[in-house]
Amino acid sequence: MYSKETIKRFSDPQFVGEIEDADGVGEVGNMKCGDVMKMFIKVKDDVITDIKFKTYGCMAAIAASDMMCELAKGKKIDDALKITAKEITKDLGDLPPVKFHCSILGTHALKKAVEDYKSKQKA
Amino acid sequence: MGVDIYLDNGGTTKVDERVVKAMLPFFTEQYGNASSTHARGYDAQKVLNKSRDTIAKSINALDEEIIFTSGGTESNNFILKGIAFTNKKKGNHIITTKVEHKCIMNTCAWLETQGFIITYLDVNKEGFIDPQQLEEAITNKTILVSIIHGNNETGSINDLEALGAVCKKHNVYFHTDACQSYTKTPLDVKKQHIDLMTINAHKINGPKGVGAAFIRKGINITPLLHGGDQEFKKRAGTENIPGIVGFAKAVDIASEKNVKQMTILRDKLIEGLLTIQGTKLNGPLGERRLCNNVSVSFKAIEGEAITGMLDLKGIAASTGSACSAKTLEPSYVLMAMGLTHEEANGTVRLTISKDTTEKDVTIFLKEIKLVVDKLRAISPFKGDA
Ligand SMILES: Cc1ncc(COP(=O)(O)O)c(C=O)c1O
Ligand code: FES
Repeated sequence: MYSKETIKRFSDPQFVGEIEDADGVGEVGNMKCGDVMKMFIKVKDDVITDIKFKTYGCMAAIAASDMMCELAKGKKIDDALKITAKEITKDLGDLPPVKFHCSILGTHALKKAVEDYKSKQKA
Repeated sequence: MGVDIYLDNGGTTKVDERVVKAMLPFFTEQYGNASSTHARGYDAQKVLNKSRDTIAKSINALDEEIIFTSGGTESNNFILKGIAFTNKKKGNHIITTKVEHKCIMNTCAWLETQGFIITYLDVNKEGFIDPQQLEEAITNKTILVSIIHGNNETGSINDLEALGAVCKKHNVYFHTDACQSYTKTPLDVKKQHIDLMTINAHKINGPKGVGAAFIRKGINITPLLHGGDQEFKKRAGTENIPGIVGFAKAVDIASEKNVKQMTILRDKLIEGLLTIQGTKLNGPLGERRLCNNVSVSFKAIEGEAITGMLDLKGIAASTGSACSAKTLEPSYVLMAMGLTHEEANGTVRLTISKDTTEKDVTIFLKEIKLVVDKLRAISPFKGDA
């Protein structure tokens, strides 16, 4: 049912964890099935220098969280915000259609983390 | 994949070698049609009768009260639709529960579109139907009560004798879906006041696609399948002789000893699982739980991820989580038992069989601990509170 890449990311995610002195933290929940993702970012000169996640959800949600982090790391904030759920799904080697919503979660969590970062910058 | 441990026997079971052996001659040698009037036909008729007798005796029924079908789904459809349409003039009210198998739920939903009124009884925290609540739900329009015996998700075994007595008192037909409990929990249609019952073969190490409906003698029921005169004119179609022979063989093989062994392993599993922080058993403990069923909820982690990680290790289990359902809704059975969304989503069901070994249980308990630790390290929630 799941691709090799999804299984690999799910069994051995590289970006799990929390960043204690994160510059931005975003948490989103999905009303569909109750999954929750928390994302932590470090930012320097507008570039995401470090990123970590914690996810409560299915195999696809965990794999998609990890993929999201990999795609966003090292990118300029504005470019990272352009990452779409479609890209995540494609890089995972496709997901069953019913699981597409799990990959949207990652993009929303990043957006929230960036908002958090920006609001802290203003303060 | 390190191991091969199958803990999804509530889904289906491995066909026992002895069952396969008993079935084989009926494909290539004794392949007669039981309706034919020649030697091969008579042979088929003979073995059909013998198999029917085995099934009948196992539930204290008469031979002519057993109708072979294509399985649990067909028997449930046949009984519910058949009784509903045959008794339309008497009333249009049917009582069932919120924790039935999908094939009862969706048959009832269809009957609603045909003008029948369905009452869905609640269950308590352990998954049981209260006989008093049943009694209160019965009206003078009630024609049928259908209540699951052993629950496929939570293992709760309803007290058929008490529920049947209520139906008898009010003179309404009592049906039970006993697919999960058959050969594992005593079934006696007389003692338990059962008028109609559903059983199947593939949950008891028999073949898929064969089952039976028990229809008490004297009950009028319109067939679901119209055609030839097979099965006392209650179910048309050439009988699946190999399947029926396999079904009867599986019943022969089932034993008290197997039930005892499963009960011991079940309790070992429960005990081991409850030593893990943040776990909760769903359904009852002891005699009122199916001997092969364990259902636990893990805090802070999601069931599809748990069973997915177990699967990667070679361990098969199932879950009631929303993420595993096409509808993205958690199990309605668990919700009816009062679990929270989070508890239902963190539920894993383990169902053992007579072939499950103590070693399987030991390995499983070791592996599940690793899986739970790993997924809790990924989860933003705390699992040990
Ligand atoms: C309680 C219950 N009823 C009915 C069924 C359906 O039986 P079958 O698969 O033989 O159609 C099952 C199992 O799938 C079951 O567990
Ligand atoms: S997290 Fe529920 S379906 Fe993916």
